[in-house]
Amino acid sequence: MMFGKLTLDAIPLEQPIIVWTFAAVAILGCAILGLVSYYGKWKYLWSEWITSVDHKKIGVMYIIFALIMLLRGFADAIMMRLQQSLASAGSPGYLPPHHYDQIFTAHGTIMIFFMATPFILGLMNFVVPLQIGARDVAYPFLNSLSFWLTVMGGTLVMMSLFVGDFAAVGWVAYPPLSELGYSPTVGVDYYIWALQLSGLGTTISGINFLMTILKMRAPGMTLMKMPVFTWTALITNILIVAIFPVLTATLALLTADRYLGMHFFTNELGGNAMMYINLIWVWGHPEVYVLILPAFGVFSEVVATFSGKPLFGYKSMVYATSAIGVMSFFVWLHHFFTMGSGANVNAFFGIMTTLISIPTGVKLFNWLFTMYRGRVRYHSSMLWSIGFMATFAFGGMTGVMLAIPGVDFLVHNSLFLVAHFHNVIIGGTVFGVLAGMTFWFPKVFGFALNEKWGKIAFWFWFSGYWLAWTPMYVLGFKGMTRRLNHFNQPDWQPYLTVALIGACLIAVGIVAILIQIAVSIRDRKANADVTGDPWGGRSLEWSLPSPVPFYNFARIPTITSLEQHWDDKINGVTAPENVHYEDIHMPRNTATGFVISVFALVLCFSLVWHMWIPAIIGFVGAIVSFIVRTYNTDVDYYVPAEEVAEIESRHASVVAGGQI
Amino acid sequence: MLHSTVQASHHDADHGHEKGAMAITGFWIYLMTDCLIFATLFATFGVLSHATAGGPTAGSLFDLNYVGLETLLLLLSSFTFGLAISGLSNEKKTSVIFWLFVTFLLGASFIWMEIHEFVHLIAENAGPDRSAFLSAYFGLVGTHGIHVTLGLLWLAVIIHQVLHFGLDATIQRRLACLSLFWHFLDLVWVCVFSIVYLGGVL
Amino acid sequence: MSYKKYRYLGSSIFTLVLGGCSNLELLSPKGTIGEHEKSLILLSMGIMLCVVIPVVGLSMFFAWRYRASNRNATYAPTWAHSTGVEVVVWSIPIVVISFLGWTIWRTTHELDPYKPLVAGRPAVEVDVVALNWKWLFIYPEYGVATVNTLSIPVDRPINFHLTSDSMMNSFFIPQLGSQVYAMAGMETQLHLMGTVPGTYMGRSTAFSGPGFSGMQFPTHVLTDDQFAAWLQTAHASSATLDGDAYLGLRKDSEDNPEALYGHVAPHLFGDITTQYDCRMQNSLRRVGDVTRCDVHAAVMENQ
Repeated sequence: MMFGKLTLDAIPLEQPIIVWTFAAVAILGCAILGLVSYYGKWKYLWSEWITSVDHKKIGVMYIIFALIMLLRGFADAIMMRLQQSLASAGSPGYLPPHHYDQIFTAHGTIMIFFMATPFILGLMNFVVPLQIGARDVAYPFLNSLSFWLTVMGGTLVMMSLFVGDFAAVGWVAYPPLSELGYSPTVGVDYYIWALQLSGLGTTISGINFLMTILKMRAPGMTLMKMPVFTWTALITNILIVAIFPVLTATLALLTADRYLGMHFFTNELGGNAMMYINLIWVWGHPEVYVLILPAFGVFSEVVATFSGKPLFGYKSMVYATSAIGVMSFFVWLHHFFTMGSGANVNAFFGIMTTLISIPTGVKLFNWLFTMYRGRVRYHSSMLWSIGFMATFAFGGMTGVMLAIPGVDFLVHNSLFLVAHFHNVIIGGTVFGVLAGMTFWFPKVFGFALNEKWGKIAFWFWFSGYWLAWTPMYVLGFKGMTRRLNHFNQPDWQPYLTVALIGACLIAVGIVAILIQIAVSIRDRKANADVTGDPWGGRSLEWSLPSPVPFYNFARIPTITSLEQHWDDKINGVTAPENVHYEDIHMPRNTATGFVISVFALVLCFSLVWHMWIPAIIGFVGAIVSFIVRTYNTDVDYYVPAEEVAEIESRHASVVAGGQI
Repeated sequence: MLHSTVQASHHDADHGHEKGAMAITGFWIYLMTDCLIFATLFATFGVLSHATAGGPTAGSLFDLNYVGLETLLLLLSSFTFGLAISGLSNEKKTSVIFWLFVTFLLGASFIWMEIHEFVHLIAENAGPDRSAFLSAYFGLVGTHGIHVTLGLLWLAVIIHQVLHFGLDATIQRRLACLSLFWHFLDLVWVCVFSIVYLGGVL
Repeated sequence: MSYKKYRYLGSSIFTLVLGGCSNLELLSPKGTIGEHEKSLILLSMGIMLCVVIPVVGLSMFFAWRYRASNRNATYAPTWAHSTGVEVVVWSIPIVVISFLGWTIWRTTHELDPYKPLVAGRPAVEVDVVALNWKWLFIYPEYGVATVNTLSIPVDRPINFHLTSDSMMNSFFIPQLGSQVYAMAGMETQLHLMGTVPGTYMGRSTAFSGPGFSGMQFPTHVLTDDQFAAWLQTAHASSATLDGDAYLGLRKDSEDNPEALYGHVAPHLFGDITTQYDCRMQNSLRRVGDVTRCDVHAAVMENQ
């Protein structure tokens, strides 16, 4: 009851790669803990970050978490590239199948759930309230809970590296392979519980941001005056709210199969694995739009700002985004045209899928015409955007090809497919979040990121992407299947070698980003953004000081136009002097979100190992923490008007000083 | 700290209403997500309802009289919850507590009957591991049961909070949310009764 | 050492760039379905490239032409709407997608894997079973079976019936054409026809566990004479695939060698397909295979 299936044998001491990784992680972890203790920053960390309900800090923490998980997910990626470039013509490579299978499963799971999604949520957290003139999100406490649940999900995946094993079934864990009979180790259980934690966090975030955008916009900001990034965030959160419950339910059914001997998806006793495949893609396809739409939003903001023009065809953009959101629910079957559905069904889903490329195509044209007759400045976030346009168009094309059942019958599950979704996810989502990070960084920290290293990072990512994935497209046409551990086709090897070189270039790109951050922190004085509007911004967030005061807006603005900040600048509208400030109502920080999440981690880890007593402790602990929170009436406070006035005048004098 | 607390109560009137509306709308959205979980389970039940794998079928397992009584208990509990809410609008604290307590008893009886039915089925070798149909049945009905159980926990807490805090804006807001939750579960049960039990037996 | 590496790298890039279509299996099909699908690939890619290349070109061109340092270029800082341009940018993808949509409807019906091929010559039936981790091919008309090797006659339609006795796999011979999933407890279908004699790689494309990489098989498309000769060899094999032999075969194995069975128990394929349905009595269970159905049946009998 106490330790369940967990024994010392669960620690994979016989695998040198894991032992060395563990050693590195342990040393790094001790170093960080030591530094925090040495500088006496524990109290600061706890009271300013861990218990924070400030959407800006939560956004920053999401992005830090996403960058850490990017390193882990990319380590998996480069190990796969190395394995495949070695394991041809009868050579087994250096990774045995069970290890390799875990790596590609972890890579997909981490990159989708713990890298891309948190990065997107981080950007939304930081930017959305500032763009709509709000002081916080609708439910600040739930926001903190969402974040920490996601982190605990990621923690569970990381724990699987050192205690037991991870799932070796592919990132969507198709049964019957993921059933207990065929995957008897704890790997799939780690996968299930990690996804349940992060899925719950994402669902709560979705509700939170949906309410924030619908209910907390500044007076005068009608839906058609919302900045495009907020529009994409709105559609994204509608999608999240509509699909993540399906994921939760589907994984719960798989859990019931594995833990209670049920037969939802088993081969035996009437189970139906095809049902899982349908359900997981009812979630899974809209999920890719959850990842790409906010990136589209970022590009819209960046391209307009750095072209010195409003976004071309704002209404088109809004309708296109909404159309993509709606249509994304009617395309899931294109993930399995080869499952034997009738021609009518396949043709319907094929046509529905290709229809999505109409609004997507329109978006590309609109970005083009935003640059047209503009004054394009080659800031690194603009480079990411231009690089995206040049890359994503091809990804869209291969996506339409995959949506044609007759073509999919050939390239389904091939490296052509893998190249396609990396084309749109790297060329779309990753370029997008990196553009967004560069773009809003000064707003977050008050100093800009180093441009030289930003451009180096872009060029390595961009060339690395093309070098890594062009050969993969070709290999798809050569009939190479995804997820192969070894193979005896020597003519595939040259392509895989080129792909490995491409992956190494991307590695340089990632290192360049880390250097960029370090250098920028070092030179923060030189790169300080005193005006709060370093790029000639157009939307509301650029009217605020950088970094933004904790209450965001000293006075809630009244919105009269789509590009409020830009129009104010053009019309010479400035803040009146001697304004009268009012007390500002703010939520208090709380540890409850963190505490509940820690209990949830205890619960899930215990469930993975069938440790029933700790599981009960975790479950009861989480519930009781929540109930205790409902007895706390001291959850908010007021910032006195004098304090607001003082902070605002300090900023005003800094701006004035900067201008002299 | 004291300073700001005083100020908070001063401002409560303007923020209380806004916050209440925000919480209730948000709770509606949460209910929609829950509704999608049930939709998934209903769809699963629809797919698997004939996959009995040679085991017992719905017709041979379910006793409509028994389930009818369960349904009656739950419907009645929705009614008594309504009485509690009407007590709320009259600001009668004892009436609110009394009807919430009756609701709790009715809900607890429902859960007791459901557990009894599950134990009976498992003893008859018609447990969730017997066939895909029974997995889907236990999955759907059990998920509803877990929701009702959490609702009972919530009821217990809110009864205590009414005693502790009285009927202030926060408690009114929470009662409104719980009321939505409870009626929602009632509605789901009506679907369960019609589709799983009636549809299975008839 | 380093010279060798450079030369290797050079040759890699050379192969990549100048490889050409002949090296791309999907673009050098050896079967009717594959031919049809190749032309579909080229058609769809060609049409879309007509839009994609200009869009990519324009995005580069606009970014360069309207660079901030180019003061000769027109600057229209408020220009953000043009009904004419909007109509064009919505029309272009609509036209392309309308054509592709019509193409999808037409070709999806033509290429439906369940649609039997008509060739004026009798079809050959082949039953395919995905096992951990190998392919079993049963020729019901000839009473022979093979493991991890497939021989079919040229220019005759092949009617594949697919199932699995464990994980889901996908049955795929790239140069012949379409793939279809093989799933336990059910039968799916695929119709292909080889038109050029030769040996082509076939494999599973749906990940099915640790032995997945070894789930491949050579497909020999044989002339009529060769096929007749192959059948004779097969019949001459003394190995028999009865219930017991099958139960041995279905045990997990990786990189399974090829095998040939001269005799196959009748109805074996049907028994494999229906074994997961507990109401059926079949030969697998008679030879003592303990499936979960039996465990439950035994439990129920004891009570």
